Amino acid sequence: MATIHYSELDGRSAGFFALLALLAVMVAGGLGGAWYMEHNGHYVTGMSNRIVWGVPHVFAVFLIVAASGALNVASIASVFGRELYKPLARLSGVLSITLLAGGLAVLVLDLGRPERLIVAMTHYNFKSIFAWNIFLYTGFFAIVAAYLWVMLERRMNAYSKPLGLLAFLWRLILTTGTGSIFGFLVAREAYDSALYAPLFIIMSFAFGLAIFILVLMAACGGTRRPLGDAIVVRLTALLGQFVVVLMYFVVVYHLTNLYFTGRHDFERFILVDGGVYTALFWLGQVLIGGMLPLALLFHPIWSRSRRVVAAASVCVILGGLAQIYVIIIGGQAYPLVIFPGKEVASRIFDGVIAIYAPSLPEVALGVSGIALALVLTAVALKVLPLLPRSLADRDVAAVPPGNA
Amino acid sequence: MSLDRRSFLGLGAAAFAGAAITPGLRLIELVQARSPEEAASTLKRWGLLIDTTRCSDCEVCVTACHTENGVTGHGRPATDAQWIRKVTLSDKRTGHAQALPLMCQHCEHPPCVDVCPTGASFKRADGIVLVDKHTCIGCRYCVMACPYGARSFIHETVTGQKPDVPRGKGTVESCTLCVHRIDRDGQPACVDACSKDGGKAMVFGDLNDGAGELRQRLRREPSIQLRADLALNTGVRYQGL
Amino acid sequence: MKFKRDMRSGASGATVFLLILAGLAAVAASPHARGAPPVIKIEKPGQCVEPTALMRRDHMKLILHQRDQTMVRGIRTTKHSLKNCIDCHASPKTNSVLGKEGFCESCHTYAAVQMDCFECHSPSPRAPPSATKPLAVRTGAAAAGPVAAARVEGAAR
Repeated sequence: MATIHYSELDGRSAGFFALLALLAVMVAGGLGGAWYMEHNGHYVTGMSNRIVWGVPHVFAVFLIVAASGALNVASIASVFGRELYKPLARLSGVLSITLLAGGLAVLVLDLGRPERLIVAMTHYNFKSIFAWNIFLYTGFFAIVAAYLWVMLERRMNAYSKPLGLLAFLWRLILTTGTGSIFGFLVAREAYDSALYAPLFIIMSFAFGLAIFILVLMAACGGTRRPLGDAIVVRLTALLGQFVVVLMYFVVVYHLTNLYFTGRHDFERFILVDGGVYTALFWLGQVLIGGMLPLALLFHPIWSRSRRVVAAASVCVILGGLAQIYVIIIGGQAYPLVIFPGKEVASRIFDGVIAIYAPSLPEVALGVSGIALALVLTAVALKVLPLLPRSLADRDVAAVPPGNA
Repeated sequence: MSLDRRSFLGLGAAAFAGAAITPGLRLIELVQARSPEEAASTLKRWGLLIDTTRCSDCEVCVTACHTENGVTGHGRPATDAQWIRKVTLSDKRTGHAQALPLMCQHCEHPPCVDVCPTGASFKRADGIVLVDKHTCIGCRYCVMACPYGARSFIHETVTGQKPDVPRGKGTVESCTLCVHRIDRDGQPACVDACSKDGGKAMVFGDLNDGAGELRQRLRREPSIQLRADLALNTGVRYQGL
Repeated sequence: MKFKRDMRSGASGATVFLLILAGLAAVAASPHARGAPPVIKIEKPGQCVEPTALMRRDHMKLILHQRDQTMVRGIRTTKHSLKNCIDCHASPKTNSVLGKEGFCESCHTYAAVQMDCFECHSPSPRAPPSATKPLAVRTGAAAAGPVAAARVEGAAR
């Protein structure tokens, strides 16, 4: 009966430093973009008074949602006691922290007054779901950090189950809150739905796991640590199941909207004549984010190839970004319906589909969130013993119970 | 036992005061100019009545508001702030056309106040919905939440502000019902301009004052709230829609 | 051997540190170190609303307290109001409290305390009262005279 040996990455190869350098450049680009937006004011971006949340928010929400889901693997290990996932729990915990850090960094840097972050963290209006989210995010950092510590410190391993449970419940509440940021908005046709909370939960499961799979494969592949089929097959099946449930929620959301006559105009906008939003919905969200990964992940032969699994994970991520773009930006592009049954016009674009073209500083900031998450993960892998030396089948199947 | 005149007057005054505080009766504030030490109070609730049948394609309300509050444009209509705008409506089935000014509705249950994470968006005691720019972090969630599109985010550095109306980059703002004028017993600039140069379509007043012109008109004539289905109990009411 | 090497590197490190300290001290002591002293021109006659010592120490506390009173509660007493300060302290030449010799800015630059008040607030005084038109009186208050009797109203709302 072998125990799992974790060790830090060597992290001295040229490839590793090249990766760090590339990611650092991307982060610097994002910081530059944020400075440019803050210094000149947001008129230099594509955002406007009709579309106040743009590409930075798409990336930020994606990262925050994925962060919550990336903790899934650790939860399955600690809370549901599946031995097979226990060696992956540490990486899962760290990835959830770094993804959340990346998402929050983008969100904060896009604020109109980012220097007032202290104000945001000391003045809470607890009727606001956004305030709850800020509170839940900071709590998440603390809880997952504690959870990681009890996993890393052998003498504290016994506490990994209760802390894992706390982290699991906390992130369910957190993701429900993130979805409710949109679900609670009565004003807009696109939002105003209780379905957003569970939709975001299942989005987190799918996106978080897709990112986890890619990071795991990259970390093991880059350091030549064996990664056995037992783990990959399980993760593949899990991702496929998550994508199925995700598609189910998307179908229910649109079918319900289609049943309400009052929502027909909005559904026509998303499904038929919304231009870029329609394209992102059908090609991005449904095809690339749904149908294609399902075909790849459930195919009896293709799903056995590591490359196919990685490709499917990339598809889920791209589909997720498209989905969030349609939710956030498409939802704002569609005009407010203040006067039902009337055609509305004004000097500030009432009644028309708002135009939005992402600008370079916005995209740089959004992408830098991903880069920040990855560079923090890479550094964490080098500094902490997060990755088992071997995840080959013979090494993981033999993990004795109770060893986190 | 007979009462002398002094005692009688004293008793009468006491009875009068007693009657004044019997349950069901309320003393409203003295009808005089509000002093600066006085805080805004819930006894008043400011509101507007807009008769859209008197509204044409004139925009004096918009010009007056933006002049009064120092809201300057930069030739960028998508990002320029707009505290009040003229909206033209045309019925999709019948083609009937109308126009009306649209501004912050100063709801009793404002969604923008509910969603603000720092509490910068708040409702003053007398019903005016404001943004405390000292606490606003510029997250724009209130802009997402407002059903009327009344809020604007300031997208550029602001200079030349009016001393009574501070506004700056990176915060969110909307119609303040000219709170600086109201606190000096005046009316919003849009109402003044409409009464003087426009269609005389706007009436401003205290929704709690049963004897005031605003309440009299609301009681006599039909009026609606915009997005009445949201049950926000707006302070701005419209006629002729 | 290793001990001698450690001692030598320790000594060179300490030397560098002391040199840096000396350099900083020299710079700090020089007359250019503290920047231009603040220009405090009191152009309007009369006293400030509070004693100078209190203002120097606590003007921010007064401003913050007043801001919450005015913003949230609608209390517009003039004694500690920012507009009142600016009306008096703005330079008649530049019509502002900002600028190299502005009342607020020159002191704040000297003390290296950043203020972001004037990102939103106007640094210029209000136009004198005679120049403004009287505000239109609200309808319904046309009968306002001086203290009228309190009106008792029925519960009709």
